[in-house]
Amino acid sequence: MNIPYLPHTDEDIRRMLEVAGVSSLDKLFSDIPDSISYKGRIKLPSKVSEAELRKELSLLSLKNKNADEYVSFLGGGIYDHYIPSVVKHLAGRSEFYTSYTPYQAETSQGLLQIYFEYQTMICELTKMDVSNASMYDGATALAEAALMAYNTNGRKKVLLTGVFSPETIEVVRTYTKNSGITVETVAVVDGVTDLNSLKEKCTEETACVLVQQPNFFGCLEDVFEIEKLTHVCGALFIVSVDPLSLGLVVPPGDYNADIVVGEGQGLGNEMNFGGPLLGFFAAKKEFVRRMPGRIIGETVDKDGKRAFTLTLQTREQHIRREKATSNICSNEALCATSATIYLAWLGREGVREVAKTCASNAHYAAQLITKNPNYKLKFSAPFFKEFVIETNQSTEVINKALLFNKILNLIDLGRYFPDLKDCLLICVTEKRTTQEIEQLAEVLGGVK
Amino acid sequence: MFPAELKYTKSHEYVKIEGNTGVFGISQYAVDQVKDIVYIELPKAGTELRAGSPFGSLESVKAVFELMAPLSGKVTAVNEAINASPEAVTKNPYVDGWMVKVELSNPAEADKLMNSADYQKHVETEGHH
Amino acid sequence: MELIFEKTKEGRKAYTLPEPAKCEPGVPDKYLRRNLTNLPEVSELQIVRHYTNLSKRNIGVDGNFYPLGSCTMKYNPKVNEDIAALPGFAKLHPLQKEEDVQGALKVMYELEDMLKEVSGMDAVTLQPAAGAHGEFTGLLIARAYHNSKGRTPTKVVVPDTSHGTNPSSAHIAGYHVVTVKSKDGNMDIEDLKAHLNEDTAVFMITNPNTLGLFEKNIEEIAKLVHDAGALMYMDGANFNAIMGVTRPGDFGVDIMHFNLHKTFATPHGGGGPGSGPVGVKGHLAEFLPVPVVRKKGETYSLDSNLPKSIGKVKAFYGNFSIMLRAYCYLRMIGCEGIRKVSEMAVLNANYMKELLKKHYNLPYDKICKHEFVLSINTFKESGVRALDIAKRLLDYGYHPPTIYFPLIVDEAFMLEPTETEDKETLDLFVETLIRIKQEIQDSPDTVKNAPLNTPVKRLDEVTAARNPVLKYEKKR
Ligand SMILES: Cc1ncc(COP(=O)(O)O)c(C=O)c1O
Repeated sequence: MNIPYLPHTDEDIRRMLEVAGVSSLDKLFSDIPDSISYKGRIKLPSKVSEAELRKELSLLSLKNKNADEYVSFLGGGIYDHYIPSVVKHLAGRSEFYTSYTPYQAETSQGLLQIYFEYQTMICELTKMDVSNASMYDGATALAEAALMAYNTNGRKKVLLTGVFSPETIEVVRTYTKNSGITVETVAVVDGVTDLNSLKEKCTEETACVLVQQPNFFGCLEDVFEIEKLTHVCGALFIVSVDPLSLGLVVPPGDYNADIVVGEGQGLGNEMNFGGPLLGFFAAKKEFVRRMPGRIIGETVDKDGKRAFTLTLQTREQHIRREKATSNICSNEALCATSATIYLAWLGREGVREVAKTCASNAHYAAQLITKNPNYKLKFSAPFFKEFVIETNQSTEVINKALLFNKILNLIDLGRYFPDLKDCLLICVTEKRTTQEIEQLAEVLGGVK
Repeated sequence: MFPAELKYTKSHEYVKIEGNTGVFGISQYAVDQVKDIVYIELPKAGTELRAGSPFGSLESVKAVFELMAPLSGKVTAVNEAINASPEAVTKNPYVDGWMVKVELSNPAEADKLMNSADYQKHVETEGHH
Repeated sequence: MELIFEKTKEGRKAYTLPEPAKCEPGVPDKYLRRNLTNLPEVSELQIVRHYTNLSKRNIGVDGNFYPLGSCTMKYNPKVNEDIAALPGFAKLHPLQKEEDVQGALKVMYELEDMLKEVSGMDAVTLQPAAGAHGEFTGLLIARAYHNSKGRTPTKVVVPDTSHGTNPSSAHIAGYHVVTVKSKDGNMDIEDLKAHLNEDTAVFMITNPNTLGLFEKNIEEIAKLVHDAGALMYMDGANFNAIMGVTRPGDFGVDIMHFNLHKTFATPHGGGGPGSGPVGVKGHLAEFLPVPVVRKKGETYSLDSNLPKSIGKVKAFYGNFSIMLRAYCYLRMIGCEGIRKVSEMAVLNANYMKELLKKHYNLPYDKICKHEFVLSINTFKESGVRALDIAKRLLDYGYHPPTIYFPLIVDEAFMLEPTETEDKETLDLFVETLIRIKQEIQDSPDTVKNAPLNTPVKRLDEVTAARNPVLKYEKKR
């Protein structure tokens, strides 16, 4: 019977068993006690041919409503930005995607150089000194940043200020609670941090203050004031950013952030129903030996030729074991590769243009939608590419009407925040045409 | 040969005792074992150290070695120069390569340390397996 | 090679963008970035050339035999890549309505079922992004379980052969780590007994272990662990050896993780993304991360209402597109292939082991599972080490085995051929290793100076670590 991907002929098996000095395939497992050997046949579906698989899965994929066929105004951390064809063609080269972590530098210069370029690009965007070569996602990157702050200054309180996605907060809580760290939040007024509340809550016991810019509601936080209040207490200032916003919005390195993390999916990676994503992690130089994850450095080979290598590895689990700065081993390298190619494609001007386009489109959408008296902007703070509208219409009816018009649902904030039950989060990327935006406004306006 | 005026630990740190002050470092033997030291982590001045407990670490490219305090006391000075250039430790661990100066809280602990002759023997037996 | 930044020419562009809406961007002056970034300014063709040329300075499974022990570098089927790229899977937002993503939820639900069946576990979460992440998740589940029984044990016990992520995950899960010894390639039961007590929360085992040997006393070990009130965790990195042959759920494992990027043929991506689902026995199902996928009739849904859940370890539901590839793989090999995969993986390893042991030191000379470990400690005279042979293999177009792991083997050299390699490939590889042995005798310096034919030679890692250069800085 032909099992795919197994090259062995019967003759091969016979000869190999002979060399192995074993009389049958079953005898290869003679070291497994009989009492625990599995006697039955594993109940999986019967194997299918490639043609059948492809057909079945293609049909199954049609049961999902996708952002190519439908128009998407969904955001909240995962974004439908355009992915240029070069990204898939280059990141899809098998020398990259079928290789392992570049432990053997001499035959991994391709990827090592890409990760070095990636680190440089993340530092360029964020204006930080050093970046690692990726984390699982923005949420775990933020959680690891909080742990790093605790390991640096020994303080046991983590302060979340402003608005994070509920997903992110849960991840931070899960990661930190086992080290005896407590997580506190700061009051929010009009969609952003209540600076008075922050002032009150940030103390000498605060390990770090975490803020997301723009925050989960799309609002821009007063990061300048937050920075001051944080550093006055001697806490570390950790900022989570949308990397594409940084083409337009002031980078955290300019307002004295200590650690910068974020979700990099929007940089040339598909949404993939939420994974894989791309966590990035950058910091001031002085923290480099406390950073989690892999880091690539430039050096020379013995002929003096430029070369790249994994470096500062003593931080990592394979050397320091329980004393490592993090347990991360496999990361999201291929997503970082895609991000690198994408950012090269955008380049110096493009990254600003794409950010401006998102912002223009989002503001246009906000203006248009709020022309109808049934919709108003919930918050007065400035925003980038996402904003919250409040409506006197049923959000459920709205989402049904949208779907009917081939627009995917909007994020219903009532699902997470009881006091925002009539509020919707709208995201507008550079991919949304003026016509699509106008259609959104029209459909919303038509809901009764 | 290891300098006779120093006392040694099994984990290859030395201490030079000058009155109430101890100067800690690592022996030439330890230096030879680590080979290329790339980074040294030392405590801040004011830190209280306990004999036999770690006070810092040494790193090569692919290994970390903990530094154990030979004696107890409070750190009064740290050799910052070796952080910038760990080569100082490699070249002369006993002079330029000292690590911390410590105000000893219990100098009598020194009786438990090895003199250079005993340390020489310790190193020889360790080298044999 | 030049960096992409060094190819910059002011004013050159690769991007094209749609016209923005006729509206100001609306970001107030205070929040504006003052200076442009120094991202490259290059043409699209320059980008294509640059990254294509970089790909030539890299090797993957598609081009080269890659017997990297513990990593299961098997072939990554192409059809899975195509299916994962379908817009109906790739272009889904995680916050779409459940009724609009039924196909995706079905894949997750059925993958969970298949993983349960091959492992004998009762419930599975797909949320963790990699093996290490799975370990962390599993240990938090153990913690939640003990707490629910009013216990707060503080220790996690690991064997000295364990992977670095095991103790490291235990540490971030808030546990103290205790290491127990091995004896003749298996757990030293006496040492284990000495370290198990009411303060032990979890014993983490890898089975087959990282020497490639099955823990034959696994039932006794499980009993000791359970009698001490602890849970048994299995690192499933080596699951490729035992599928369809024995099931962790049947030999006493309470919690385990799978590596979809090893056992289930998803690509390693140059270091990730992976996927590290965790399986648990029934008594631990209530602690799994949220949400869990449910099925009612023909409808799938996401359930976040698990009051005892450990919470979330990652945003959303895990690395969906990796799960999808693993799902496709399992559908392709089916119930007919699952045991065959392990049989062939183990056959390949034993075949290579028998051929090589005549030429190299094999410290544990017994039947192995999917991998085995040589000790390159017989060339002390010429000074050749495991590292040197690994580097010499690069000259012959091979990715070398894992070296210096597990830690208990002197000059460890860990080979895992995987089942997708044919006999001729193994024969050639063995011949090459025999030839290298001859080289060690004839001209050891050739081996010690290897590689000679690669894009770069051995690197100065000391300078890299002493004075780290971690990004490109434009020369002014
Ligand atoms: C035995 C073992 N455990 C755990 C891991 C960690 O897995 P991951 O890289 O997916 O986090 C590995 C990976 O190499 C491994 O070999």
